[in-house]
Amino acid sequence: MSGISAFVAMGGYAEYVWPAFAVAVAVMAALLVSSLAGYRRNRRELRRLEGTDPS
Amino acid sequence: MLRLANPARFMRVSGAILPWCAGATAIFLAAGLVLALFVAPPDYQQGEAVRIMYVHVPAAYMASLVYAFLALASAVALIWRHPLADIAAQEAAPLGAGFTAICLVSGSLWGEPMWGTWWVWDARLTSVLVLFFLYLGYIALIHAFDDPARGARSGAILALVGIVNLPIIKFSVDWWSTLHQPASIMRLGGPTIDPSMLWPLLVMAIGFTLFFVTLLLVRMRSRLLAAKIRALRLAVG
Repeated sequence: MSGISAFVAMGGYAEYVWPAFAVAVAVMAALLVSSLAGYRRNRRELRRLEGTDPS
Repeated sequence: MLRLANPARFMRVSGAILPWCAGATAIFLAAGLVLALFVAPPDYQQGEAVRIMYVHVPAAYMASLVYAFLALASAVALIWRHPLADIAAQEAAPLGAGFTAICLVSGSLWGEPMWGTWWVWDARLTSVLVLFFLYLGYIALIHAFDDPARGARSGAILALVGIVNLPIIKFSVDWWSTLHQPASIMRLGGPTIDPSMLWPLLVMAIGFTLFFVTLLLVRMRSRLLAAKIRALRLAVG
């Protein structure tokens, strides 16, 4: 078995190891994307409102 | 802490430290991933399956740490009625729920090959599941009222009541018989885990902690911007 396929096989535990890492990456990526999206949306909206502020 | 608890000052300070937190998070998580997958040795009993530990243990530690933070911020919010404390608690909750979900799923994926079962209703697993529902209950409760202040108060009280679950999680492996192994890192007499596994674990745990701090700052800043938007809209009419 080559180095890469041995690595992917994870000593026979591939079906447990990779999903565990995948779930962690997926959950943390989802938190990151949703947090940043809300922040950027509010920043854009505030800039728009302050730009049209008559005072 | 309380000197920072002024929205304008919080925006200034958090804006200054946010890029550093984000950079450090990226470095520690990348290093942790390399160490966990390539550098750390396979276990003499568990083989490569032990690598699940580098996801499971930091997530479990964050699940409890974030809840402690949530309860502390809730106490500050109830006692000093400081709006930033409410915001801190409310924005920490989804992050804590995410870490708890990672902990439960990775634990299940570790349990099947090692214990021969995805799940047992023992004290450790059940108390962590309760922690997950505490997070979800808290999130549901703060949004359940028309008046956000009442939602925040109810959520803060739930968060404080739920703190009894934290020592139950910590000591569940000592008090009741369980498939789950006892503490091997945070124990009297020092860790029993080999340094070649402890170091990757610590790097990953620091990465998870920095990830939480970074996203908490982003989310709290976003909430303060939203409050400003509401105030501006009211002023403009």
